[in-house]
This record gives sequence, structure tokens and C-alpha cells, in this order.
Amino acid sequence: MSGKLVKLLSDLKEPEALQFVEKALAEGVDPAALLEEAREGMAVVGQRFAKEEYFIPHLIFSGEILKGIVKRLEPHLKKGKEQKPLGKVIIGTVAGDLHDIGKDLVVFMLDVSGFEVLDLGIDVPAQKFVDAIKESGSKIVGLSGFLTLAFDSMKETIDAIEKAGLRDKVNIMIGGGQIDEQVRIYTRADACGRDAMAAVQLAKGWIGG
Amino acid sequence: MEKKWEAMTPDEKQEAQFQKLLNPKDPQGNALKFQSPEAEATYKASITRIKDAVQLKKTPDRVPVTLLPSMFPFTNAGMTVQEAMYDYDKCAAAFKKFILEFKPDMHIGAAQAGPGKFYEILDYKLYKWPGHGVAPEHSYQCVEQEYMKAGEYDLLITDPSFYFRNFYLPRVFGALEGFTMLPPLTGILEIYGVAFNFIPYALPPVQGTFKALFEAGAEALKWAMVIGGLNGELATLGFPNILGGFTKAPFDTIGDTLRGTRGIIMDMYRQPEKLLQALEAMTPIMIGMGLGSAQQTGNPQIFIPLHKGADGFLSDEQFKKFYWPTLKAVMLGLIEGGCIPFAALEGHWGSRLKIIQDIPRGKTMWMVDQTDMAKAKETLGKNACLIGNLSSSMLKLGTPQDVRDYAKKLIDTAGKGGGFIMSNGAFFDEAKPENVKAMVDFTREYGVYK
Repeated sequence: MSGKLVKLLSDLKEPEALQFVEKALAEGVDPAALLEEAREGMAVVGQRFAKEEYFIPHLIFSGEILKGIVKRLEPHLKKGKEQKPLGKVIIGTVAGDLHDIGKDLVVFMLDVSGFEVLDLGIDVPAQKFVDAIKESGSKIVGLSGFLTLAFDSMKETIDAIEKAGLRDKVNIMIGGGQIDEQVRIYTRADACGRDAMAAVQLAKGWIGG
Repeated sequence: MEKKWEAMTPDEKQEAQFQKLLNPKDPQGNALKFQSPEAEATYKASITRIKDAVQLKKTPDRVPVTLLPSMFPFTNAGMTVQEAMYDYDKCAAAFKKFILEFKPDMHIGAAQAGPGKFYEILDYKLYKWPGHGVAPEHSYQCVEQEYMKAGEYDLLITDPSFYFRNFYLPRVFGALEGFTMLPPLTGILEIYGVAFNFIPYALPPVQGTFKALFEAGAEALKWAMVIGGLNGELATLGFPNILGGFTKAPFDTIGDTLRGTRGIIMDMYRQPEKLLQALEAMTPIMIGMGLGSAQQTGNPQIFIPLHKGADGFLSDEQFKKFYWPTLKAVMLGLIEGGCIPFAALEGHWGSRLKIIQDIPRGKTMWMVDQTDMAKAKETLGKNACLIGNLSSSMLKLGTPQDVRDYAKKLIDTAGKGGGFIMSNGAFFDEAKPENVKAMVDFTREYGVYK
């Protein structure tokens, strides 16, 4: 059976992938092995996205198929040891901005790329980022924003991180909507990226992975 | 003898529309009285300039320049977005100040803030706005959800108006709950049984909904009188409003506010045929929406904000299958009716340029946000007028010299041979006033065609 689920999931064959999982479970296949295959399948999706063979719809749909697979596997899985993540990343849409589509894509790509993502949601006050850095010890922070008001919110968030004495402990990336190099300089973030793949590459670069 | 509208070719209709714009009327139908001969000359020169830029037959006298702000006129006047949404006179005064301060060749009106009280009356749930989930100084923001369920395509396809009234509208306006109880209008046919159709109007929830509608209508009218009055006044001062109305790409109509981003993506995989049918069903409705508003406003430019066709949102194959065919049909329908589709390429659209350049020449205008302008000029720009693409980040964070340098580059590349209107690339809330001024003033000087 090896590789079949990887292929079905990465080729976005939803009914076939779900049927395969159900049949395999009925035949007594180890659910943990199936979950591992699903993970591999998602990694292939991520690679295809990086190569621009896949786009946003493929990402979102693969995530949906994965949800269906996990739902079927969960009752059979023993609480076991989780894979060790590459590193922790804190992500949120900055204060005043309620947009989440871009942020969710970044969370998704970081997640399938092996990062543990702490998603703080939308309209996140600066202090919440500071608290999250303190509590989680995460070394990477991603600030998302769609509107021009986010320029100032990002700047204020980074100022707050600095005031808390944490600025040199974290790498900060920004992205979304109208964000470009000029905004990066204004906010004094470490990097800005145009899409979810850029976020993964930046995060990997920072943790040396 | 003048040809009847119906008998005109699209070219003749477009020409007739421009002639109408060149000879504006006041609300009583008399020739508009300009405040000075200079204002009249400025007004007419601006219309001629846009006409030349759009038609691509003649190089204009200079590059036209417009400003397409979101909430900037209000923040620039030192008021909050909330004030602009609730005090219509203040809103109009701020917009007038904005136009007189920066003097763009034309504008698109002061409707962007909208009537806050109207949204309250109808309990609008699709957006959060100042005082209702957003800070007073911030713009309203959309709350995306699956307001249309995955299993409701047949209802939408069969009778879009019934679907909107009985399902979609009550979900996005709390006060329109009573609509869910109304039967289809198409059941009203002959005397036998006709009265049954009207029984729901006796029910308290339906009557409550109608009361809210009367109140909302009155509020909308109050606001529109102020905004419309301002348009008239600005015209007499020499500043035409070039916006005639708005419509959408069918894919965005369904993807933005009906099914949502996630919803429409699922549908592309799980029920592509239903989605395609619904896109087809929405197409004539979107054409009618544009033509209807052009008729009401007497202005042929129909704005079409484009969202989910941007780079990355769809694969090329998906774009060609789901997005472009019905968008193109909407644009062709508008052109057929004498309108000028004014599409906004929000975000990046570099990968779509070769596809969307396939449109009739001299009939459309495209607002360019972050797409490479030189590439847009080589492709789409061969057939269409481009507007843009001074970035929001430069307007807010750059210096006047940055703006002049970039504007020069734009005029030298996109402006070559005409077919270009200088403008910001994305609707902006915040900017340094001196940067906005630099964009307009520099274009007036450097943009003159020799």
C-alpha cells in the first residue's frame, strides 16, 4: 500500500483518498502509518505549490481532504509521540485589521512544512504578540495585514516587542496586501514576503533548517 | 435625424455617451451652469482627455490624472471614518476640500464612506464598520462567511432574485428576516388563488421588515441627495465624476460574498458543473447591473473590482475555465450597451495579462495595482487604457521626490503614445498629502504630450 495515499492526497483525489483510508482501516492497517502517509502527501502539495504547479485552491482543498482523513483516523489513533516540529512560529493579523485569508495560508504552509504554528488570529493587540513570545519562547514572528492601517499597527507591534526587550530574540516577517520593502523599512521588520512560500523559506532560513 | 439608441453600433453608443458627458445637464435637464468659463473649459478638457485615453485613436493633450481614494479625503480633513459615515454634510465637505486641494482631472464621487445609519437600520452583518466592530478611525471591513450554502446552487441558478431575497439577503441583513416568509413573485398569475400570494404581508415579521425598508430607503435617499448634490457642485467647478456604476465578475460575485473564498474553492473541485451553471446565470444579471446604473447616472464607466482572479488565487487552467469566460462576457455585454468597463486588477495579475488582453480595442480601462506596469503596457495596454499604479506604500511612506521619480517612470513607459491615466493603484485610506499633491502636479507638468 505504501505511497498510495501520498499520491491520492497530493493529486487531490478526495473521494478516492477517503475511501482508501476507510478500506485500509477496515483491513487493519496501522492508523499511525496512514497518518504519516497523509503528512507526506501534504508535503508533496507544499512542494508543488513552491514550484508553482499548485496555487491557493490546491492548498485549501488539500487541507480539506486532510481534515476528512484525520477525522476518520482519529478514533483509531493512540495518543502517541508527536513528530518534533522544526520550530515555533507566532502568527497574527495586526491590530485594527480583520483580514485572515492570507494569514491562514501562511499558517497552513508553515504547518505542512513542519513548523508548530501559534495562530493568534485577527485584530491582535501588540501586547498579545509580546505575551506570546514570552510564553512560547518562539524565535519567529509573522505579522499579517491587508490594509494600509496595518503599516502603523505593525510598527507599533514591533516597537512593543522591542520595549519588552525581546527584539533581538526574534526574527520578524511581515506580509499581506500592500506590504512591500518600503513598509518593511518603516516597520523595521527583518523581512517581508509576497506569499506563503516566502514565509516558509524565511522561517527555514532563520532556524537554519 | 438622430439614430435611435437601439439601432446604434457599440462605437456609436460610446460616442453618444461621451457627447452626453461633454454637454452635462443639471437635475432639471437644462445645460449645466458652470461657475466660470475656466471651469467649463477644464471640465470639457478632462472629458476629452479621458475619451482619447480610452479610445486609443488619438494621443491626449497630456496624461490625465485622477485620484481614487478610499477614506483618505476624510482622514486628510482631520475627521474619523465614523464621522464621514454618520455626518453626510461633513463627508461631502471633506470630499470637496480634497478635490479643491489636489485638483485631479476627475474623481469618482464621495460614496465610499456610505451611510452608517442605513447599515444600522438594516442590521448589516456582512461588514464591520466604525463603532460596529472597528475603531472610529478605521475603514469598514468585510466579514467573509458561507452566506450561501454548498447545497443551494440549484436555488440560485433557477431564480437568482428569489434566492437573493429569500436566502442571501436575510442572512446578511438582520432586519430583512421577514423576506424568508415571502413566496416567489412568479406565482402571481390569475384571479384564482392570487390572494394567497399576499397573505405573508400580513405577518408581523414581514411587516417589520418592510418598516425597516421604508426607514432604510429614506436614510439612503437623504445620503444620496448630499453626495449627488456634491457631484453636481464639483461638476460646475470643473471636476467631472467619471464613475457611472459598478458591477462584478460573476466568479467574484459568488466567491466574495455568497460562498466565500473557501466555499468557491471547494465548489471548483466538488461541484464544478453547478458552479459553471451559476456563473452563467449571474452573467446577464451582472451586465444588467452595469447597464442599469449607467442609464441612471448618465455615465458610461462601469467599475468592476476584480479579486479572485489575481495571480496565485487560481491556476491558469482554473482562471481560463472559471474566471475569465464570464468576466469577458460581462465586459462584452457592457461594451455592446455603450458602456466602458473599468476593471481594477487588485493585487498582482502578471500571469493573466496575455489572457485578458483579448478584448475589443479602445473600449475598456484597467486600474493596475501591483502588476508590473511595463508588462501590462506591452500586453493589455495595446488594446486598453491603463490607470495606476502608484503604490499605497509609496503614498504613505515615500517622499514627494520618490513619487515624482516613479510617476516619471510611469509616464515614460505606460504613458507612451497615450492610453494611460495617472492614478494610485489601490484605494487608499492613508497618505502624506504632499505625496498626493506631487503625483497630480508632476503629471500636469511632465505628462504633456509633445
